[in-house]
Amino acid sequence: MKPRVRVPGSVKAGEIVEIRTLVNHVMETGQRRTLDGRAIARNIIHTFTATFDGKEVFKADLNSGISANPYLAFHLKVPGPGQLVMTWTDDAGVIAVEKADIAIA
Amino acid sequence: MRAIGQIRTANRRELVLGASAVVLMSDLVARMMVATASAQPVQGAGWQELMRKILGDAKPVQGQIKLEVPEIAENGNTVPFTATVESPMTEVDYVKSLHVLSTANPVPAIAAFHFTPLSGRAIVSSRIRLAQTQDIVVLAQHSTGRFVMQRREVKVTIGGCGG
Repeated sequence: MKPRVRVPGSVKAGEIVEIRTLVNHVMETGQRRTLDGRAIARNIIHTFTATFDGKEVFKADLNSGISANPYLAFHLKVPGPGQLVMTWTDDAGVIAVEKADIAIA
Repeated sequence: MRAIGQIRTANRRELVLGASAVVLMSDLVARMMVATASAQPVQGAGWQELMRKILGDAKPVQGQIKLEVPEIAENGNTVPFTATVESPMTEVDYVKSLHVLSTANPVPAIAAFHFTPLSGRAIVSSRIRLAQTQDIVVLAQHSTGRFVMQRREVKVTIGGCGG
């Protein structure tokens, strides 16, 4: 999992900004079978969380109906300077964390 | 007396045997049904139940959600989607969660998104998989407990459940 995140570097306090995220992941549905008929185990990113200075901003419970390489865009009302921490967790227990500092102009 | 007792025991044994046979049979039937269901998803199987679970006793109001999905999706593997719920997003009145349901995917629950007043706006964008032409149903719950819903059909040319 390698996340790519688009966060504005400098904003005004109280401003609402869009945060765009993309992470590469197969999002294996668990519905597919190999050629010899064996089920391929599900492996999807089931949880995404975003916190700003420890406070929850946005959370997503994802299922197999989310496309491979999940894209997620949400908003943040920037209360002041701080750090946005985003976390992706998959079925295999792999966790990716991305941090972005937001400064006030 | 003894004879009657023996007959009774035999009856009980038969009963127990018969009951376990029924349990086995129904278990088999249930498994077969599950297998058929996952092989050929039927339109409308499961998603209403999920909706009832999310709603509880609440009655959703139609509209007040802007749901942006393509009318025709050529590739069901990645269908762009954006949902916007009108809300002041203050500490006392904000959108708590937004559920995305599919009416014909093998798994009806696509995702659940949770907002906070820190979100500023109740907007979420993602890309979803659609196995076939079907409806997308979104249900949003406000912090006041109120539910709103929106529904849109997406025609799918190539399904998103290849394999």
